[in-house]
Amino acid sequence: MSTRDHILAAVRTALKDAPAVPEVPRDYRRDGDLAQGAVIEVLVDRLEDYKAGVTVVAEAQVPDTIQGLLADAGTYVVPAGLNPAWFGWETDLARVKYDGGSHGTLSVTALDATDAVVTGSAVTVAESGTIILDGSPDQGRRAISLIPDHHICVVHSSDIAQILPEALRRLDGTRPLTMISGPSATSDIELERVEGVHGPRRLDVIITT
Amino acid sequence: MSRTPLGMPGLRPGSGNLFAEEKFPSAARRELGNAQLRRNLKHATSTIRTKRLNVTGELPDWEELREAGSALKTSVMARLPELLEAFEANVTARGGTVHWARDAEEANSIIHGLVKAEGVDEVVKVKSMATQEIGMNEYLEEHGTAAYETDLAELIVQLDHDKPSHILVPAIHKNRTEVRDIFLKEMPDVDPDLTDEPRRLAMAARAHLRAKFLTAKVAISGANFGIADSGTLGVVESEGNGRMCLTLPETLITVMGIEKLLPTFADLEVFLQLLPRSSTGERMNPYTSLWTGVTEGDGPSNFHVVLLDNGRTNALADEMGRSALHCIRCSACINVCPVYERAGGHAYGSTYPGPIGAILSPLMTGVEAEENGSLPYASSLCGACYDACPVKINIPDILVHLRGKDVDAHRGGMPTQMDVGLKAASWALSDGRRLGAVEKLLPLGRAAAGKDKKIKKLPGIAAGWTQSRDIPAPPSQSFRDWWAKEHKES
Repeated sequence: MSTRDHILAAVRTALKDAPAVPEVPRDYRRDGDLAQGAVIEVLVDRLEDYKAGVTVVAEAQVPDTIQGLLADAGTYVVPAGLNPAWFGWETDLARVKYDGGSHGTLSVTALDATDAVVTGSAVTVAESGTIILDGSPDQGRRAISLIPDHHICVVHSSDIAQILPEALRRLDGTRPLTMISGPSATSDIELERVEGVHGPRRLDVIITT
Repeated sequence: MSRTPLGMPGLRPGSGNLFAEEKFPSAARRELGNAQLRRNLKHATSTIRTKRLNVTGELPDWEELREAGSALKTSVMARLPELLEAFEANVTARGGTVHWARDAEEANSIIHGLVKAEGVDEVVKVKSMATQEIGMNEYLEEHGTAAYETDLAELIVQLDHDKPSHILVPAIHKNRTEVRDIFLKEMPDVDPDLTDEPRRLAMAARAHLRAKFLTAKVAISGANFGIADSGTLGVVESEGNGRMCLTLPETLITVMGIEKLLPTFADLEVFLQLLPRSSTGERMNPYTSLWTGVTEGDGPSNFHVVLLDNGRTNALADEMGRSALHCIRCSACINVCPVYERAGGHAYGSTYPGPIGAILSPLMTGVEAEENGSLPYASSLCGACYDACPVKINIPDILVHLRGKDVDAHRGGMPTQMDVGLKAASWALSDGRRLGAVEKLLPLGRAAAGKDKKIKKLPGIAAGWTQSRDIPAPPSQSFRDWWAKEHKES
């Protein structure tokens, strides 16, 4: 008998009283109740609470906003599927490090030598200030939004849900998913939150309206 | 060591770091002598209690989420065989390899074999209760492989050659100054001018671990959730060390208790609300990673999951106690427990301290193992843990149930003072006339109390009761006598 079969048999032995499978009461909120404007206000409040930088702009202002936020970055990573029009202002092409698609992938060392990364996002939860990346071409593979120390993330207002259950329904759970709620942080010393550990120490969120 | 003959499927107790080697009262008495420890714990647990109440209070449907979480976990336990088989099939279909381990020794040996197959002698680790429980780091160390803890608190404990004392914040017993001193002593290349400012300490850890993350070939993690119907795994964390380990190395080995399953991806809508708010008191933890098998071009190309029993089926077989397996390791019960706040986590011996540990450890190992029978008494049964638990585990009821099992385990042989005392009480209390006769002895107690009307020392095992309190002198007559007298006169 294999170890697997031993364990499964032990589980069945342990359940020989055949416990009932209860009906799961789902009386919690499954859908939000706020208007879009109010949802964005909640999101901004939550992100600022996490010490993330937040800018709410019209779609047309995205390139300028990105340019401003990248002012201090010597180099930055751009996933191959991100809207190229957002970088039309760039004159020094050596600053831009593309990742994915026909560009191939940057090595870990190359990513570590890069100052910032710009990505899109899949879905965002306003109530908990959680941005979810699913590895789509405008977000790239997980490593690129992890290693550079400054993450600039664009969130379209149509991708914002008020509460978590709504957001999860919009995702394919089998894609590699990363949920981001603020810059990396720790509460390990005296349970006081300190922002900035191994993940990006600076998170800037651009919300488009 | 199996207590079950081969070929006979049966239950076996858990092994590894699940044991109180010393009776809780004596371990607790020693720890109570450490005033610094008590100051640190009081500060940390009161901070986290306030944060938790703030973020759970702001959700209008917190109680409904708890109800759903509790029912979901009950349903997972009842359906465990089919969910495990579905999980295994889905992980395999997506390019992962599933291993099964009955106890700590089997799990460690599988993990060591997988690490060796990659030809490396070091691994990076995400904080994991399962690997703590099986003593994996020590096992790998003995077999020539270094396991580097990357969670800040685990790193502090590892550098200090100490043991974790809390399931969420293993270094909760250390204050900032102690952490700085550990870093100065144990961290090579650390800035000698390091201060005890938490931010500076976090930066020192970042610098210390950066190169390890970027070059590691193998990472080992635990899992907060395994989704049966998709084979998806989830790790909830704060610092980004989890993302580093789950994303950068070529090989990822995840160790998960068999009770960690959830039926569907959608069920995360309940647990990703319950867990962060109950554990660190945040609306959401900074990072949650979810992955399913292997994804071409994104993350590890070689993925293994080790499904661990190690006494979980033993706990599952206890109809009263099985709901202890609903635990999502948030630590809310620990942070509200008055006993934990004073005694600290080391007093419990096991990897799992506090109220949940006081039931989980004896359920997994059996109450008769080592001194685990003393753990269910490490409680005043105040019930704060039950109120705080996000999946509504009735910890006080299970504590009482396990006390009963402990008493049963010690039956037979010479009657103890307790047996004799309870027999006598049962004789007297079961008949009014007998009780009346016993009550005639009250003046004797009054005489024993003396002039200050206090009894300060009782004989035999009752001495334990008077060790820290006095008994007021009994009244000169019983209520019964007084009643009889009143009614005769009127």
